[in-house]
Amino acid sequence: MPTVVLTLGDDVSTDVIYPGRYMATVLPTETPQYAFADMAEFNARLKSGGVAGGSIVAAGRNFGCGSSREQAVSTLKGHDLTIVAWSFARIFLQNAVNLGLTIITAPGFVAKEGDEVELFPEGVRNRTTGTSYPIVPLPPARRAIIEAGGLIAYTRARVLAAGGKLR
Amino acid sequence: MSMTIAEKILAHASGLPAVKPGDVVEPRVDLAMSHENAALVINQFLEVYRDTGLQPKVWDASKVAIIFDHRVPAESAKTAGNQKKVRDFVAKYAISKFHDIRGDVGGICHQILPESGYVRPGAVVVGTDSHTTSHGALGAFAFGIGATEMASVWALGTAVNVEVPATIKVVVSGAFPPYVGPKDLILHLIGRISAQGANFKVLEFHGETISAMPTSGRLVLCNMSVEAGATAGIVPADDETARYLREEAGMAGEWERIVPDRDAQYAQVITIDVTSLEPQIACPHTVDNVKPVGGVEGTKVDQVVIGSCTNGRLDDLAIAASLIRGRKVAHGTRMLVFPASGKIYRQALERGYVADFMSAGAVVMNPGCGPCLGVHEGALGDGETALSTTNRNFKGRMGNPNAQVYLCSPAVAAASAVTGMITDPRKGAK
Repeated sequence: MPTVVLTLGDDVSTDVIYPGRYMATVLPTETPQYAFADMAEFNARLKSGGVAGGSIVAAGRNFGCGSSREQAVSTLKGHDLTIVAWSFARIFLQNAVNLGLTIITAPGFVAKEGDEVELFPEGVRNRTTGTSYPIVPLPPARRAIIEAGGLIAYTRARVLAAGGKLR
Repeated sequence: MSMTIAEKILAHASGLPAVKPGDVVEPRVDLAMSHENAALVINQFLEVYRDTGLQPKVWDASKVAIIFDHRVPAESAKTAGNQKKVRDFVAKYAISKFHDIRGDVGGICHQILPESGYVRPGAVVVGTDSHTTSHGALGAFAFGIGATEMASVWALGTAVNVEVPATIKVVVSGAFPPYVGPKDLILHLIGRISAQGANFKVLEFHGETISAMPTSGRLVLCNMSVEAGATAGIVPADDETARYLREEAGMAGEWERIVPDRDAQYAQVITIDVTSLEPQIACPHTVDNVKPVGGVEGTKVDQVVIGSCTNGRLDDLAIAASLIRGRKVAHGTRMLVFPASGKIYRQALERGYVADFMSAGAVVMNPGCGPCLGVHEGALGDGETALSTTNRNFKGRMGNPNAQVYLCSPAVAAASAVTGMITDPRKGAK
């Protein structure tokens, strides 16, 4: 069962998730090393492989506010983290959908580090505290991108369907 | 059906008679802008075509703009490599709206697009930069997207699965007091509605104050709309827009004045009277932690930064120069000025502003994003405090998580450079 490995407050910015000074690094294979780079302890834990895939970062409102930098998503996806937040900033949410990072909008979700969390299609349950929270589903238009396997696959299908005759 | 400006633009661009908030549309894109992160867009774009048997093809090379500004000139071999890769792509795909590192046509993307006449009122503009909201100042619907989404735009020519956002109407009245302006207005608004107050919504600006405001000020409002979470900020195109496009952007050709319908539906209406607005400061580490200057007056400042896509325009430099002319930057304080474009830099030279800054002890740097996001010059030391006319003060923003950034107007920044502490320009000017 996934456990919570980091708890954060409101307005976690993309500068906290992926500091601007590492923006020259763009490849999804290279961005994971700088995840939460300014939170040295957690960054070291991620890099040491001490965080299991599917582990949960719990946050408050407006997670991912700020820059459009896609590194903020690829760096989290590289560690196979799941983000459960009360709400997400728009561009971050779209980037997460496009790249296939698992994000869950669960207003009111409360957890502390080490809590075990169950994920259901319609809600999340903090097993440690016993409290369940409903989730806000993604709009259908965004689910279509996820179902296609991400925006690259979605766009590729569109281009192929047009037989390269889009223009 | 009655519509807001954003709804009208999205309906038209999507070939629909009308849209309402929540509708999912696929608007055609009129302008697709990237900066150095075009290097990532290129990767993703080529990935779309991998194993398809099709030749990668940009839908319309004339609608793609690439402007180098984040790390100019390159600060590292890695960045230089990314820039080289983008240049090669630009040549291969005949991207004409390419602005390399140059003193004539180079600069920050959110100044280059308007001043080059690339932004038409009513257009749909996307950019791989969150401050793409800036271009709503010219009546366009402009929003930030990620690199993969841009790759999709390059391939398809449309922005897929765009949800029509609801609109918040902001009505501004009154005349600004001396040394108070658009930056103070937008900081006040963000402080009032919070960093997420307009998340997934559009801020549509109206009122006598906006009508009287030059495009440079409208760019400040729309630029920072994203700091309230807004998808876009927008000002209805008017006579001032026509003047700007004709006189400053050299744009010829027709464009339509899109105004909201009289009974358009707004999620919220916010009214602001600026008559007694004070200079505003966004305190560390969130943009909505806003106080009147009096609340933080006297805070020691190690570095003053004037410039950026928010406040690096000629009128910003003019007011800053007027406050520093014949004075000196305080001992123990550094002052960095970076004009928003080569054109503005040259105008500032001609008008003597650059000499004013340098004589006072400021360093005038080449146009670019530089210190704002801590990727290039002007990083802060541990425990240092910056006062900056840029748009973000997130922890770590100016290159150091152990430093603090306060945001303000050019007038506050210049007055504070002289005293070495946060200073009310209304007093410092005496």
